[in-house]
Amino acid sequence: MATLVPQAPARARASRRSRHATFVAWGFAAPFLILFLVFMAGPIVASLMMSFTDLTTRDLQTPFNVNFVGFENYAQLFGDPRFVRSLLNTAVFVIVGVPLTMAVALAVALALNTGIAKFRTVFRVGYYAPVVTSIVAIAIVWRFILQPDGLLNGFLGWFGIAGPDWLQSTTWALPSLILMAVWRNIGTLMVIFLAGLQGVPKEHHEAAMVDGANAFQRFGNITIPAMRPTLLFAAVITGIGFLQFFEEPFVMTRGGPLDATLSAAMYTFNQFGFGNYSYASAASYVLFLAIVALSLIQFRLLGKKD
Amino acid sequence: MSATTKDTEVSDAARDAASARSTSTGSPSRRRRPRPRWWLYVVLTLGLIAMVMPFVWMLLGSFKTTAEIRQYPTNFWPIEPTLDNYTQLFGRLDFATFFTNSIIVAVFVTLGNIVFSSMVGYALAKLEFRGKKLLFVLVLGTLMVPGVVTFVPLFVLTANLGLVNSYPGMILPFLITPLGVFLMRQFMLSLPDDIIEAARIDGAGEWRTFLSVIMPLCGPAVATLTILTFLGSWNNFLWPLVVATSEDKYTLPVALALYSVGQNAAQYGLMMAGAVVVVVPVLLIFVVLQRYFVQGIALTGIK
Repeated sequence: MATLVPQAPARARASRRSRHATFVAWGFAAPFLILFLVFMAGPIVASLMMSFTDLTTRDLQTPFNVNFVGFENYAQLFGDPRFVRSLLNTAVFVIVGVPLTMAVALAVALALNTGIAKFRTVFRVGYYAPVVTSIVAIAIVWRFILQPDGLLNGFLGWFGIAGPDWLQSTTWALPSLILMAVWRNIGTLMVIFLAGLQGVPKEHHEAAMVDGANAFQRFGNITIPAMRPTLLFAAVITGIGFLQFFEEPFVMTRGGPLDATLSAAMYTFNQFGFGNYSYASAASYVLFLAIVALSLIQFRLLGKKD
Repeated sequence: MSATTKDTEVSDAARDAASARSTSTGSPSRRRRPRPRWWLYVVLTLGLIAMVMPFVWMLLGSFKTTAEIRQYPTNFWPIEPTLDNYTQLFGRLDFATFFTNSIIVAVFVTLGNIVFSSMVGYALAKLEFRGKKLLFVLVLGTLMVPGVVTFVPLFVLTANLGLVNSYPGMILPFLITPLGVFLMRQFMLSLPDDIIEAARIDGAGEWRTFLSVIMPLCGPAVATLTILTFLGSWNNFLWPLVVATSEDKYTLPVALALYSVGQNAAQYGLMMAGAVVVVVPVLLIFVVLQRYFVQGIALTGIK
């Protein structure tokens, strides 16, 4: 840690200087650190502790009424079919949504990278635009688009297809939300993939072309392996984002119909709304553990770069 | 937008972006010009229409009357365009207040992030001190902690501090973000140590060095951080939804979400106009400053 290698006569002065440096550095970090401990680290720990108590909204004024209940909240959670349903919905959302977003984003990035000479910026801006917009506002627009007499069904009507009432159908509601999430997140991955594609060695492609490999072979044997770290990274950050989906069901379906779009985050929020603070904490911690697991995978995968 | 990434700890996306910058200026003889293919333009254009259509639909819908919207099949262009939805939005509903609230919260959150992230970023990038590794691990480790994990105890804390339904209650938890610290650190690592040495030889203390030597060089990073933080705050939903309990403290997304599921839910045009008020300022900022968004992704690897 210390950069100074103290020599015998200068040792005392050097150590005083390094202590001073440490003092100054923590001065720079202090405001951040205080806010961080109070508003971030504190609540993360508190959330875990609360999940082992029976704290409710009534106990806010009388904190000494709170009892330790062990794993009771967790037992109750996994005994609640609605929570299990919300976990399943979240899992489907992630397992279907992430690969779909990645596939579309990769296709767009490849097209922009290889086949296009003009209007690149126009396409890039257009595909990225949904990323910067408020999910709430966008979800409202999509809710109207997906209405039985909305834009999408009007469009399908041209082809003689009678579209369903997307958001009121237990079959179609979750796929509709996935479709919207894919639409909103393509842009982020497109930019990441465009950057990743620049790292694919051109020489390899040229050598393979000389050897007579076609575009698909080159894609599978050169592009994909060279992009592996980027692809993994994209999968993990998208997965972490998708695990928390909340605004979409809140605005578009309220979790319905029949809990078909109830997400884990929304379940947590609902329990909080009922005043079951400790129970909501337990639910949020289950979600947190899933996110931590994904983050750890990310660190491991990105850790061994070479 | 030069010399942004030089160290080895940058995420892959950033590293690749950096190499992109160098190859694109590199020898043109070795780089074969991509052959444009017409069918790719067609596919990409269709995709582009699909991407942009919801925004177009939102904008057009905001000028339609409820009666026009109810009829089926819906027409694309408004037959008799009206500003009625916007008048209602800022008259009957108090969207001017929500807009102001969103601005107030976003401005303070952004200022806090710039000041505090720069300070820690400097310490992490350019100073040697005991506990530096630990501090960095703390920042990295909480990069991905989502609001849904902390909002319950945060609400209990806020309630005990008496800050529910107040601006400080909405702002304080977001004055710092690990992402902001990470971004500033990454950028400052790329600044040469010589200039700091030079400042020290001239007798400047650490604070002086930070304020008059380092910060003036951080323009691009601060710009990126400003845009990302402002945007994050503007679009933030869960925390304001929890902590703003009366209408006079609602931010735009909260107001919009609560109205859209309340008695105004059937007011199609009104809701579209509300979405326009939330989305269009951000879209305009994005189109004008899009390179900073891309740089934000490149610098941190995260949106």
